[in-house]
Amino acid sequence: MTLLCSIRSLRVTYHGQANPALDFAALDIQAGGRLAIIGESGSGKTTLARAIASLLPENSKHTGEILWPARSTPLPGRDLGFVFQDPSASLNPVLTVGEQVAEGARRHLRLSWHDALRHARDLLERVQLPDPEKALKAYPHQFSGGQRQRIAIAAALAAQPSILVADEITSALDMVVQAQLVALLNELVRDAGMTLIFVTHDIALASGLADRLAILKQGKLVETGAAAKVLAEPESSYTRTLIASHRSLSSPSLLRDTSA
Amino acid sequence: MLLSVENLTKRYLSGSRQTTALDDVSFTLGKGETLGLAGVSGSGKSTLARVLLRLVPADTGKVHFEGEDWLTLSGASLRRRRARMQMVFQDVLAAFNPRATVGSVLDDPLRIHSGKRARDRKQDVATLLDRVGLPTGFADRSIREISGGQRQRVAIARAIATRPSLIVLDEAVSALDVSIRETILELLVELQQERGISYLFISHDLAVLRAVSHRIAVMDAGRIVETGAASQIIDRPQSPAARALIAAVPRLVTDAR
Repeated sequence: MTLLCSIRSLRVTYHGQANPALDFAALDIQAGGRLAIIGESGSGKTTLARAIASLLPENSKHTGEILWPARSTPLPGRDLGFVFQDPSASLNPVLTVGEQVAEGARRHLRLSWHDALRHARDLLERVQLPDPEKALKAYPHQFSGGQRQRIAIAAALAAQPSILVADEITSALDMVVQAQLVALLNELVRDAGMTLIFVTHDIALASGLADRLAILKQGKLVETGAAAKVLAEPESSYTRTLIASHRSLSSPSLLRDTSA
Repeated sequence: MLLSVENLTKRYLSGSRQTTALDDVSFTLGKGETLGLAGVSGSGKSTLARVLLRLVPADTGKVHFEGEDWLTLSGASLRRRRARMQMVFQDVLAAFNPRATVGSVLDDPLRIHSGKRARDRKQDVATLLDRVGLPTGFADRSIREISGGQRQRVAIARAIATRPSLIVLDEAVSALDVSIRETILELLVELQQERGISYLFISHDLAVLRAVSHRIAVMDAGRIVETGAASQIIDRPQSPAARALIAAVPRLVTDAR
């Protein structure tokens, strides 16, 4: 694998905040890899995803370097697709689904509206939205949360980016929908050979999808490495805590004196 | 039997479309028992909670709670009896007045239901905070300046303030970080063993339900499609809805792939 992005001495401080949201020495991202950024609330995981995507607010302060040795800095929307946590906030409620998905293709692939809408239709089919032809003319509120997130994924893929950033895209959805979306993401990334940056609070979810993990805690990078190695032989006590607090179907019940 | 629900039905009209949110739902809940209610979004779990809490009316069906015909209670008798059935929701910030202090949040139910004087209630607030593992000095804090996990402890303290026999928990731990989630689940189990409270514990996460439930009921499209001991539902699910929920729980893959 070749090096896609190399982050050095990154320190991000939001406007009006005394302490940095993110402050760590080094993280490398491999082209074509699947990196999971894992952390609890306040860990800086969303800040890191936004820093990589050049989507930090203008009034935030950042020092350090985000280098792209083999290419120019990716332009969000064209070279890098970003899927946000809440699709009802990231989709425009007064534009049709077709317009929103076609927009990226029209602007960055320079397609006509006619061709861009046909492209959008194909994308909606690829994200397995039912009746894509009809969906083009529908509005976001006519879809369920899971379907809206599929539309947001289609919009992120519209300009055929080589990098896809998914920031907690399933945390507002139920587990059955979550499993479907993760399977879809897995398939899309594999088929297109994209680099995936998957932000989550759920180490188990990450373990089924990523080949590398970066574990953040309170703005610090506490551990990074190959997923299998980090999970089997975690070096930091925090990673061990995260693994230990994962509750699976075979974890013992908390109820005493019961057969349940 | 603390609670028995018989043939509850609730339909919503949205435009010209009719949605059956609850379709002939029946179940029972014993004293000191936890019934886990599992299901995907839109399966009717939250509608069931809202009907039980008398926040929305049912179309048909009966509910017996502590020996009373719960859905026909009204006015002062309903207000008085509400102390016995409390709730904890997922989005705790939205569930509180944003300008409230922790102390006032806990004092409200005591003032309404206990009939005690202000000075005695202050002592009760301190006892409640202590019981849910928060420092008594928290009473003066704003509800907004404490963390999500601390806020959920306040919500639990508020729920137990009126000494309820039943607490309905609707996705009460879903928004919490895993390490905090575990301590909240432990607190809930402790309170149950200490006070004999029953829980109706709603979640789409079967791993969470397994941790705290004696029995689990699985909902799908407004119906309860399967009910049984927690271990039985997890180990030998019969319905497609239960199987889908089990398959969806993320597995921690620790071996090299």
